Amino acid sequence: MNMLSEVAVEKVLEKPMNIIPLKMVGKDVSVYYGDKRALYDVNLDVRENTVTALIGPSGCGKSTFLRSLNRMNDTIEGCKVTGRIALDGDDIYDASIDVVELRARVGMVFQKPNPFPKSIYENIAYGPKIHGLARSKADFDQIVEASLQRAGLWNEVKDRLHEGGTGLSGGQQQRLCIARAIAVSPEVILMDEPCSALDPIATAKVEELIHELRANYTIVIVTHSMQQAARVSQRTAMFHLGHLVEENDTDKMFTNPDDQRTQDYIMGRFG
Amino acid sequence: MSTSLILIILLIVGAGAYGLAASRAVRMSGGKLSALHSRPGYYGAYAAIWAILPAALVLAVWLVASPMIVERTVRGGFPDDVKSMPVAEQNLAYGMINAIARGLPMLSAEDTAALSSGSVDVRAKLAEKGVPLAGDVQPYMLEAARTLNAETGTSRLAMTAVVALLALGGAAIALRSVAPRFRARNRVERVILWALVAASSIAILTTVGIVLSMLTEAAHFFREIPPLEFFFGTVWDPRFAGAGSTSAGQFGLIPLLAGTLYIGFVAMLVAVPVGLFAAIYMAEYASPKVRSLAKPLLEVLAGIPTIVYGFFALITVGPFLRDLSMQVNGLLTGNYVNFIQAQSVLTAGIVMGIMLIPYVSSLSDDIITAVPKALRDGSLGLGATRSETIKKVVLPAALPGIVGALLMTASRAIGETMIVVLAAGVAARMQINPFEPMTTVTVKIVAQLTGDLEFTSPQTLVAFALGITLFAITLCLNIYALYIVRKYREQYE
Repeated sequence: MNMLSEVAVEKVLEKPMNIIPLKMVGKDVSVYYGDKRALYDVNLDVRENTVTALIGPSGCGKSTFLRSLNRMNDTIEGCKVTGRIALDGDDIYDASIDVVELRARVGMVFQKPNPFPKSIYENIAYGPKIHGLARSKADFDQIVEASLQRAGLWNEVKDRLHEGGTGLSGGQQQRLCIARAIAVSPEVILMDEPCSALDPIATAKVEELIHELRANYTIVIVTHSMQQAARVSQRTAMFHLGHLVEENDTDKMFTNPDDQRTQDYIMGRFG
Repeated sequence: MSTSLILIILLIVGAGAYGLAASRAVRMSGGKLSALHSRPGYYGAYAAIWAILPAALVLAVWLVASPMIVERTVRGGFPDDVKSMPVAEQNLAYGMINAIARGLPMLSAEDTAALSSGSVDVRAKLAEKGVPLAGDVQPYMLEAARTLNAETGTSRLAMTAVVALLALGGAAIALRSVAPRFRARNRVERVILWALVAASSIAILTTVGIVLSMLTEAAHFFREIPPLEFFFGTVWDPRFAGAGSTSAGQFGLIPLLAGTLYIGFVAMLVAVPVGLFAAIYMAEYASPKVRSLAKPLLEVLAGIPTIVYGFFALITVGPFLRDLSMQVNGLLTGNYVNFIQAQSVLTAGIVMGIMLIPYVSSLSDDIITAVPKALRDGSLGLGATRSETIKKVVLPAALPGIVGALLMTASRAIGETMIVVLAAGVAARMQINPFEPMTTVTVKIVAQLTGDLEFTSPQTLVAFALGITLFAITLCLNIYALYIVRKYREQYE
């Protein structure tokens, strides 16, 4: 079905999606929490410099899939992932892959802003420090400024870089977390409902930021808001009860989805 | 009627009032319970409170006040020559009268008759019944004892009547006020609130009482020994008055304080790293299975009485260290002489440290676990390793709480007595060699208060001055710890 829909998409789009290279490939991905199966043989690809939105009702497995893309599921007791997930062709669950290195390449932004109880500067410098990306004070200063600039936070915080990161507003905190993720120069950024704890204005700022980040990063975002998925993403994948229901171009997904369940969910008939 | 019987009757009346009021409320609602302001149980509780509470309060006051009033009457009836005796002797006489009054009802009718005629020895007769008297019975005492019994009997009767009246009256008033819109719940809850307030104020008032009693005794001490000499004296030598010396001796706090802090420091040196590492392992690395097994096991250590740790120090650790030092010394210099005493700062410190491990680990474990998972995820998501996450994110975030926990542990170390008595000895000395015995404030408090003592000499009163000093130190530590812990909590709320 996925294949079919992609063929359909290719026909209608001016610039077919398939010329954009694949950044990450998920094949027959299944995830188990102990005895409970959370994902059933998901085949989902992530394209480079594209925003891919994962939607679906609560408990459908979209966050689980997201977290398996940088092996954050490893931190959960009793979690098991089967199938194959590749980053630039390399299996990330292979024994030869260092999970630390993987997470430096595939960064993550969480649902609730979680700045460390340190200063704004140290929040950003944390990642580069542990990965040894910079040595001199000047290098760090440069990374911190560049990251904050990219996250659109620089002008708001440049005068109080050494104050606590927890003192910022919710929206600023979330952009700080995005800046923190950018600071280690990842290739992919995973966002798990990054705006669910933010007010509409802060949400708009973060969405704008996601839009700009797309030029340099590959982004996968889990969201509960249909409008947000429609606004920020180019590709959308719909999950239901642990199955991937449909994956399509966002435009097509929200106007003329192939699957009845997608249609129902988008129209608000369930979820 | 005995007090316990009165109490039982009170409870029965209360239960009856509860049932009546509850059923009355149900009847008034006309089968529609939602028409009532409160659930029927609250009406019942309201009536029960009215029945029991005032009566019980009066009962309590009566029980306290009645003996005092009776005593005044009886003493008022003393012959004039007795009244002119010193107060101490009068008190003695009253004590005897009390004993006689207790014994009189046990005597048989003919004994009582014989007593009145004066033909029997009261003391011997009462001793037969198991009531020993301190001296010979004067005739007026017998009379006074009879008055005492009569007065007490009357008072009891009156008390029973008043309490019963109050209970029934209270129940009646409460029953009459039961009505569908009557706010029984609010009133019952207010009574419960006051009960809670009373319970918590007991704890606070007790603390205040302890401090005040220590302060008064310490003030007595400072009247004889100047505070400067106590707080800054470097010699501890309280000579007991019986030893033939006229001087009071020297009461320098410094050697004891030095010993306390030194032993506490060695103990923390053992407990902090071990406890912290254990906590980090439990909180961050241990699988739930290991954790659920190891944590309670570690906490068992906290349940061992400290005197048992004392044995352990005395029998095992002390001799082991002594022999070890002998071997080490022998191997190094060829001279087999131990340089660690069996009783030493080191022995006490190590064993006390072991005792403190569970406090450190358990408190720190709770604090580390309380660091939000989001912070760990944030760090791991950036590609930090587990140990980097712990070192750079989790521990700094938990640090204030851990410091608070350590301060609380330190105040325990300072208050510890039994381990020190057995492991570090009782010699109050000022020195810095950890292999020699020293002693602590608590040990000296025990030493000064043990034996046959009078509570007027500085030798005993010094214990209170020591106690209040110790109390002040641990209080400051605990307040500071609480302040830090509270500040830490705010960070995540």
